[in-house]
Amino acid sequence: MTVAAPVVAARGLYQAYGRQPALRGVDLEVASGEAVALLGPNGAGKSTLLRVLSTLERPQRGEVRYGGDEADEALRGTIGVVAHESLCYGDLSGRENLHFFAGIYGVPDASTRAQQLLEQVALTAAADRPARTYSRGMLQRLAVARALIHAPRLLLLDEPVTGLDRQGALLLTALLLAEKARGASLLIVSHELGPIASIVDRVVVLQRGRVVRNETLPKLGPLAALERVYDEALSDPAPVKAPGAA
Amino acid sequence: MRASLQVSFLRQMARLVWKDVVVELRRKELVYASAFFAAVVLLVFSFAFLGGVRPTVDVAAGVLWVTLALTGTLGIGRAFEREREGDTFRALLLSPLPRSAIYLGKLVSLCLLMAIVVLVAACGVALLFGAPLFDHAGQIALLLGLGVIGFSSIASLFAASLGRSRSRDLLLPLIVYPLVVPVLIAGARATAGLMVGEDPALPAFWTRFLLVFDLIFVSLGIWTFEPLAASEG
Repeated sequence: MTVAAPVVAARGLYQAYGRQPALRGVDLEVASGEAVALLGPNGAGKSTLLRVLSTLERPQRGEVRYGGDEADEALRGTIGVVAHESLCYGDLSGRENLHFFAGIYGVPDASTRAQQLLEQVALTAAADRPARTYSRGMLQRLAVARALIHAPRLLLLDEPVTGLDRQGALLLTALLLAEKARGASLLIVSHELGPIASIVDRVVVLQRGRVVRNETLPKLGPLAALERVYDEALSDPAPVKAPGAA
Repeated sequence: MRASLQVSFLRQMARLVWKDVVVELRRKELVYASAFFAAVVLLVFSFAFLGGVRPTVDVAAGVLWVTLALTGTLGIGRAFEREREGDTFRALLLSPLPRSAIYLGKLVSLCLLMAIVVLVAACGVALLFGAPLFDHAGQIALLLGLGVIGFSSIASLFAASLGRSRSRDLLLPLIVYPLVVPVLIAGARATAGLMVGEDPALPAFWTRFLLVFDLIFVSLGIWTFEPLAASEG
């Protein structure tokens, strides 16, 4: 029996800006259909890790493999990213944005896919308005739709709940659970643990560029477990040993 | 397979150009601001040089090409600033688009913008300086076209790479102007040569010079866009 390679596997990632290391030997794996919460205080290196995993930055040391392969142009078409900014054009409507990115990602029948996502993120009524007229929450939902337009295998989400009201957060949770059920792998950075607790299977805590906790969550009471792991990690930030390390 | 890849590459470039054109048609910001700026620069030059003595064609040609450089830096800087709103340039870098398609798509969009501005500037120079630009409309259009490509190929490369620099507005002209000096010299010399009607070999030489310059810098842009733009993402 062959074991499928993880959707993304990072080994010994080191990244520094000037003399300040942002990542110091990070190991991380995300399996197919798995959702991982990436937690940590400000400046822990979470955003840097997402930038490296999304192929925007090449690590100075270490390597990242995607399903066993190295990053290339085609591989970028299997990754979806939700960032702090919407990554959408304010002068294009929500529909035009999705249509444009569907074309860029080579999605067949872009119009149908755009319509489907607009319905899923409850933006059909505003679909033909310029995105710059959207509220913060609407823009965030459009950003999520843009990230899902090509049905990515790996979803990297940086604070996806920011700006969403309770209804928007519930909608996002349902959408991400559906993506997980489809087989997509999720890596979610969030300071708000409530909305993501029901989605994630595992929690990884970063502190000062190192992984200090890497634990699978129980099916029952995931929010309490998330909070416990995070609090423990911050009070005892001993780095987790790399897999296979002596 | 190779042909379909080329079609796909061109289609992706066309998508980027379409997006830029639609955004500009809605905002009407770059064309209007750049054309207005070109008109202001020409007026300033005309007040400086029209002191009673009719300026030479050398001056008129120089003014036309310097206006192109000044206006181009303003327009191209703003065009990339627009991509930073909503971090959309990052969205392009995250996509499976070949980096060369992003660079060439942006280059074509900027050349379209510059073409409109250059048309305004050429009319202004003909009107304010009495330069016989339209006596050689075809050749001068070719020269200006080559000049626009050369200028845009350099300016767009550095505008993309200076993305996150705080002093990008200051750095862009400081880097671009010295590099485009050959374009300005070649363009001004050839334009003046055509207007004076001197030995046709001279404008032909400068036209070939511009063509070679464009080939070198567009190729260099395609080659270096990936590492330079990576810092922007």
